[in-house]
Amino acid sequence: MFADALAMIETAAHLGPPAALRRDKPIPFEVLQEAAPIASGASVAISGLTKRFGETPVIGGIDLEIAPGSFVAVVGKSGCGKSTLLRLLLGLETPTSGRIDIPEGTTARFVFQEPRLLPWATVVDNVTVGLGRSGTRSTRRPAAAKALADVGLDGRGDAWPSVLSGGQKQRVALARALVSRPRLLALDEPLGALDALTRISMQALVERVWRDQGFTALLVTHDVSEAIALADRVILIDGGRIALDLPVDLPRPRRRGTPAFAALEKRVLDALFGGFEGGDAI
Amino acid sequence: MKRFRGLIGWILPATLLVGWEALSRLGVIPANILPAPTAVAAALWRVTVSGELARNMGVSAWRAGIGFLIGGAIGFAFGLANGLSRFSEQFTDTTLQMVRNVPHLALIPLVILWFGIDEQAKLFLVALGVFFPIYINTLHGIRSVDPQLVEMGKTYGMSGAELFSRVILPGALPSIFVGLRFGLGIMWLTLIVAETISASSGIGYMAMQAREFMMTDVVVLSILIYALLGKLADTVARVLERRTLAWNPAFEGV
Ligand SMILES: Nc1ncnc2c1ncn2[C@@H]1O[C@H](COP(=O)(O)OP(=O)(O)OP(=O)(O)O)[C@@H](O)[C@H]1O
Ligand SMILES: [Mg+2]
Repeated sequence: MFADALAMIETAAHLGPPAALRRDKPIPFEVLQEAAPIASGASVAISGLTKRFGETPVIGGIDLEIAPGSFVAVVGKSGCGKSTLLRLLLGLETPTSGRIDIPEGTTARFVFQEPRLLPWATVVDNVTVGLGRSGTRSTRRPAAAKALADVGLDGRGDAWPSVLSGGQKQRVALARALVSRPRLLALDEPLGALDALTRISMQALVERVWRDQGFTALLVTHDVSEAIALADRVILIDGGRIALDLPVDLPRPRRRGTPAFAALEKRVLDALFGGFEGGDAI
Repeated sequence: MKRFRGLIGWILPATLLVGWEALSRLGVIPANILPAPTAVAAALWRVTVSGELARNMGVSAWRAGIGFLIGGAIGFAFGLANGLSRFSEQFTDTTLQMVRNVPHLALIPLVILWFGIDEQAKLFLVALGVFFPIYINTLHGIRSVDPQLVEMGKTYGMSGAELFSRVILPGALPSIFVGLRFGLGIMWLTLIVAETISASSGIGYMAMQAREFMMTDVVVLSILIYALLGKLADTVARVLERRTLAWNPAFEGV
């Protein structure tokens, strides 16, 4: 644990931002401010992707094309490599082999399972972290305030993170990711730690900002009904490979409990447990 | 109500003081063992008027401050270097840990041989004493920075100096303050011992000289002044801590 932290801090000094996040020029602020045009999402193409940690293969050859602006959910049993896949996409891990193609200059953002807010920075200062070095003093705060308003946290900008609820913290993390108008947003079980009611309102929030901003969304979740409620396409990972690639073409906003919804949910669950009643295996 | 709660802690010391004065007046406590509070106050007036107090306090504060700055700066620098670089840690930490096991006050005879009773002797001892708490707590603070926050910073494009100033240093600060307060305690302790054993000025010297002339009131006064200075340093550190760590729920509303 200590050693990990140390290694991280050591490399931090030498490494730039991960490849997918690197951009040569800061985004001009006017561009950040404009409402993003619909379908400004980035395309993602993965071919022959593998990843091993030491001897253990985690990702064993994945090919995947993601259409710009689409919403893809990734589900799978615990430890199947979902997080690893996202981290590879965002350049937080390097592939053992294979290619990941994301257009040059794409702003990509990652929402972690934990909010990962800086406790010593106010809410608004946490959001400006998302702007990197772009913008000036006078434009960064308004941009952050607007991002906070987008996630329903108007007027909480001067609060310390420690006084926010779990759901509010996760919304700040979302605002931080969205403030730079990313074209690709990866979310790794961002709602996993929230209670059922908060989850549902957060799901609606994620869907709304995705529709407003048109980024490509990649959501890892262990909640199959969440995947079907939000995604255009559900990908099931098993044994390091894609075991199911299911288009979801239900009209939005989606209602849980309709027969079509239930049928899709059952297909994913059956594939997850190989047709057996797997109970708590996720 | 709040005012009253602030006062309640003073009832006991005030009672003790009055009792002490009464017992001294009645002759139950002989003046050459423990002088009455009023006698101590008179001594305070005497040394203040003669300028002795200001001179000796100035010298002691100077020694404490300079020694602390030297030892603290070196400890902080080593803490940062060893917290951030594994090579630096492997290179120096074992040595530092070995030196740490020598109680620095045990070096007094050697230090007197090296420096005599000059200023360097006191500065050296204070700096050495302050070095370790600052070093260890800085190192620990940097090590315990949440690696998830560091990773977050990197995904948002922070690196090098920016990552250090926005994530690593603020994360290490609570622990650095612990080191600071320990260091201040050791600073006074070291100075008291060093000034008592070998000095020609300072509060400790004033106390030792008073002892030779059986001026118990000045001895007691010196002890009280040490206590007061220690308390003062700790209060300053606390205020600084509260200001800087206002985000920390542990300091909320204090
Ligand atoms: N840095 C690493 N070093 C070694 N092994 C790792 C590392 N990161 C992940 N793994 C291993 O890779 C496998 C997949 O991990 P990953 O975190 O991608 O799973 P996951 O599908 O996200 O699981 P969960 O649903 O529990 O979050 C696990 O067996 C894990 O132990
Ligand atoms: Mg995971």
